[in-house]
Amino acid sequence: MQLFFDQLMNGIGTGAVYASVALALVIIYRTTGLLNFAQGEMALFSTFVTWWLTDHGWSIWPALLGSIVFSFFAGAAIERVIIRPVEKSKNQLNLVIVTLGLFLAINAICQLLFIKPGQDQVRMPLMFPKGDFELFGLEIQKAILGRAAVLAIECALLFLLLQKTKIGLALRAVASNPESSRLVGINPGNMLMLGWGIAAMLGAIAGTMAASRGTGGFDTSLMQQVLVYAFAAAALGGFDSPLGAVVGGLIVGIARSLTIQYVDFLQGIELVVPLGLIFIVLLVRPNGLFGRNIVERV
Amino acid sequence: MSDQSTNLPDTPPAFAAPTGPAAGPRGVPWLRIVFGVVVAAVAVALPYFNDPATNQIFCQVMYLALAAMGLNLLTGYNGQISLGHGAFFGIGAFTAAILTVDHGWVIEATFPIAAILAAVVGVAVGFPALRLKGLYLALITLGLAVLFPLVVKKFVEGPGGVPLLKPKRSQVGSMVDFWADDIYRYYVCLGILAVMFLLAWNLVRGRMGRAMIAVRDQEVAASTVGIGVANVKVWSFALSAAYAGLAGALSVYVDRTADASNPIIYFQRSIEFLIAVVIGGAATIGGPLLGAMLLVAIRRRTEGTEAMAPALLGGALIIVVYVLPDGIVGGLRRAAAWFRGRTAGSASPPDPSPASPSATPAPSPN
Repeated sequence: MQLFFDQLMNGIGTGAVYASVALALVIIYRTTGLLNFAQGEMALFSTFVTWWLTDHGWSIWPALLGSIVFSFFAGAAIERVIIRPVEKSKNQLNLVIVTLGLFLAINAICQLLFIKPGQDQVRMPLMFPKGDFELFGLEIQKAILGRAAVLAIECALLFLLLQKTKIGLALRAVASNPESSRLVGINPGNMLMLGWGIAAMLGAIAGTMAASRGTGGFDTSLMQQVLVYAFAAAALGGFDSPLGAVVGGLIVGIARSLTIQYVDFLQGIELVVPLGLIFIVLLVRPNGLFGRNIVERV
Repeated sequence: MSDQSTNLPDTPPAFAAPTGPAAGPRGVPWLRIVFGVVVAAVAVALPYFNDPATNQIFCQVMYLALAAMGLNLLTGYNGQISLGHGAFFGIGAFTAAILTVDHGWVIEATFPIAAILAAVVGVAVGFPALRLKGLYLALITLGLAVLFPLVVKKFVEGPGGVPLLKPKRSQVGSMVDFWADDIYRYYVCLGILAVMFLLAWNLVRGRMGRAMIAVRDQEVAASTVGIGVANVKVWSFALSAAYAGLAGALSVYVDRTADASNPIIYFQRSIEFLIAVVIGGAATIGGPLLGAMLLVAIRRRTEGTEAMAPALLGGALIIVVYVLPDGIVGGLRRAAAWFRGRTAGSASPPDPSPASPSATPAPSPN
């Protein structure tokens, strides 16, 4: 029982990371209508910024905060400078290519800027204290509770922003109809920048959480598998649903840790699980668990 | 995301106008024929003037071009975006490596097996992919590319427990006396490349090619004129995977390694192929070859500084999308059209042929 529970909790711990990245993907998809293949690498850069600040004497939480602020502006700048010129293009291939180009470039820049030659990894301080917390006779790692709490706070803030503020209303208006929102005086360009900024902030949190575990060592490949899991999570929940992203992230995280524990022949290739999940969901409910059906007109 | 009509580079002139742009006075495209003969002669003579290391680089260009052509058939002509072609390439590579290293096959004999196996996996992925529109397919295939090295790591054990297989030098040697090993390998690659490119060229000008393009441009409309959309998509996927698999087998032949020790190596391959297609020019025959040449050139230039190559490639990719949205070939075509427009304009009344092919609807080939 304790073993199963442990795995469940582990799943939630990693699921929190996937859910954060998936949320970022969903926000960009909703506002810009593109899959951001560079999301993981943007988060990687933010993670390195967090690390760089801790390396310069900041403690981890202020460093994370600093990285979040930096990421907001960097994300908005990427949208304005790199994405905007191709945004209008109806050619999906071009959009994919630009985000892939970003993927390659950001990854390489991280390697060049932050990792000294001959060094394999850098070490991130831990965000949460080690040790267990006892609840109804079962033990939970404090780190997992911490991650779940971070995810919950993230969701709550995002919900408040999107549903209860004027800016959130404008963001949703642009996502559902850019032309009409322009007519009521919203500047869609600013909203797109805001969307990318928010996504980059979520990425900073996700990346720092992903790095700050175990020994805290990480390198430039940190986010690559995370990105696949996060895509699976977003596809599972439906690409236009933030709630779906969170639920999907947790499902994918739990499915992964249970597979690692209980399914021997998938040892080492547990990545099959999220892919299988995407397949099944897309075959049964092509718009994801929480997605809307989109009618195509010819 | 629904409007695909202004999609991808326009229909190549090859089937827009029966008389090509270089057609002479009586409709015979002399310029093209001469150009083709010169290129062929240079390609055949090339290995004699270079050392083995350089010939190996030419071979690398050729297998990259082959894989890029496979992806071009799928992405350029059929409009399906795959990030998983690295995995098909890997399947081909490990098929060739396992058959030669563990079972003592002659490596040339593994090429068709590699292509067929990759095609079979392509069909297996392609069937569910039918339900996946555009970006979802990119997602699934991205997963495939990340998954593949893990699968290899689990099931293939090379010397030292590393998922890396190396055929013996004698296994990739020359089969004839009058050609040295490297020259022989060059001609094998060249022969395969020529056949596969001719095949692709014929394919895209024929019934199947028109169906592929119709599905790309407007799926629902294509199905109303009697095209089996599902069939066309699955066949494109299978064929495209076969090209990538064959290229993978050739890579083992040329580089004498099949390596999956780096977990994202095949994802990087996928991106490389896409780069070659996009930089060269999607939905063109020459594009993948030009793209592969440029790719290898960039890689050679930045050798030793490991992180520089991806940084440059990433930057180059983004710039190409802004400056040359239809790739090098598309850019050359526009330049040629502009040049013809100028010369024709000074000599004769205004040329009806448009400077930009997208300005007027292309005449039907029939």
